Amino acid sequence: MRILQNLGKSANIFLQKIGRVTKFIISIFSNLFTPPTYGGEILKAFFQIGWMSLPVLGLTALFTGGALALQIYAGGSRFNAEQVVPAIVAIGMARELGPVLGGLIVAARVASSIAAEIGTMKVTEQVDALITLSTDPIKYLAVPRVLAATLSLPVLIAIGDSIGILGGYLVGINRLDFSSSTYLASTASMLQISDISSGLVKGVFFGFIISLSGCYCGFHSSNGAEGVGKATKSAVVAACVCILAANYILTEVFFNS
Amino acid sequence: MIKINNVHKAFSGQNVLDGVDMLVQEGSSTAIIGTSGAGKSVLLKILLGLIRPDIGEVSIGNIKVSKDKPGRTLSEIGMLFQGSALFDSLPVWQNICFKFLKGREKLSIQDAKEIAIQKLEKVGLNHEVANKYPSDLSGGMKKRVALARAIVGNPKIIFFDEPTTGLDPIMTNTINNLIREIVETMEATALTITHDISSVEQIADNVALLESGRIRWEGKSKKLRDSKNPYVYQFVNGKTKGPITAI
Repeated sequence: MRILQNLGKSANIFLQKIGRVTKFIISIFSNLFTPPTYGGEILKAFFQIGWMSLPVLGLTALFTGGALALQIYAGGSRFNAEQVVPAIVAIGMARELGPVLGGLIVAARVASSIAAEIGTMKVTEQVDALITLSTDPIKYLAVPRVLAATLSLPVLIAIGDSIGILGGYLVGINRLDFSSSTYLASTASMLQISDISSGLVKGVFFGFIISLSGCYCGFHSSNGAEGVGKATKSAVVAACVCILAANYILTEVFFNS
Repeated sequence: MIKINNVHKAFSGQNVLDGVDMLVQEGSSTAIIGTSGAGKSVLLKILLGLIRPDIGEVSIGNIKVSKDKPGRTLSEIGMLFQGSALFDSLPVWQNICFKFLKGREKLSIQDAKEIAIQKLEKVGLNHEVANKYPSDLSGGMKKRVALARAIVGNPKIIFFDEPTTGLDPIMTNTINNLIREIVETMEATALTITHDISSVEQIADNVALLESGRIRWEGKSKKLRDSKNPYVYQFVNGKTKGPITAI
């Protein structure tokens, strides 16, 4: 009986959370297209989420591309298929590793900082102060961040894909004895527009998930430093899990189409 | 006029406000005193429209705050938060004129900055503070900046939430004097939440004691110390024994 009670309680809490998240998403969308628009805040969010994520994303992509080239070479050599390295690196980066790793890296960097910033503002009554100054906190704090993350992530992923392919290229020509022209020709001939576009579409979803997790957890953080810490942790965990789940669903969709 | 009518509010099944009735006359300065956890800040948040009461009504003028969206009354209200609640990412002048930079009543940057400097002078700070960030200011300066922000739109009603908490006695007096002066010159209605008796005597005409979610005593601030009401007697004299239980 107690097990059933606990199950019911957990289901109730879960459904309440789903309801709150849905309500939060609706409030973001309803504020997205209505004035006023905080241009300065949007630009600041683009700078902090997009531009400032470039170094860490670039380094991650570079090393991943290099490692991927080595692994594919090692695996491919078992059945004399070393020549597939450029194609697999390019397709792997564009379709899977670029979007997922990019999403996870940006989630760790951005979801945490959004949750910590908004959570701190909430516990220090700055969010209440915004309301008393006739400013909608969702419109002022959440909308710019959601907009910036959703639009920045595909661009970041495109850059990450290119750097990842560059990493594979550098390893390919320096360590695996590929000629530069062969490597580039093989990459160009095998990579299709759909490989790139599927990764970019994933980026849009991942960007939304990251900013949504950060904003939701920030706005719903409980009081005190511990509350903000929990909100930050929850934002990163939720963003990472949702990115991986969304990645599978989107991959299924692209696979079927 | 602020009318609070039979307001109840509970959190997680625990009653915080248990039928609060109160009337704040226009142009008066009223203080609500009470122990920590008595429900003062919750009542203030209900007045601001930040949270809704479970039962009861709050109206400011002709507007029912408890039923309408908070935006309808907030343009006429100034609020000084307990911890100042200044925006860390903005310089002092933008904090003060936030309403005019990001709100509905837009002003040019030049005009907004001029108004900010005027308000800073009104609270006894010089123009050099305008370009500093909240993290560069002392607790007293932050309170003054928050006070400047609260009065920037010349509100008809000003709420003060624990305006002197955490300040030294000299700064406490300075802030109290500023509040008194500002409220009088602006002819505003002021409602202060505090547990500092000396502040009450300095800034308020009327006092209400809120305890365990109910108003236990109301009267003139001058009569506070002479009151025979057991709640007031215990609170004013800091007695551990009496009807108020320390939580």
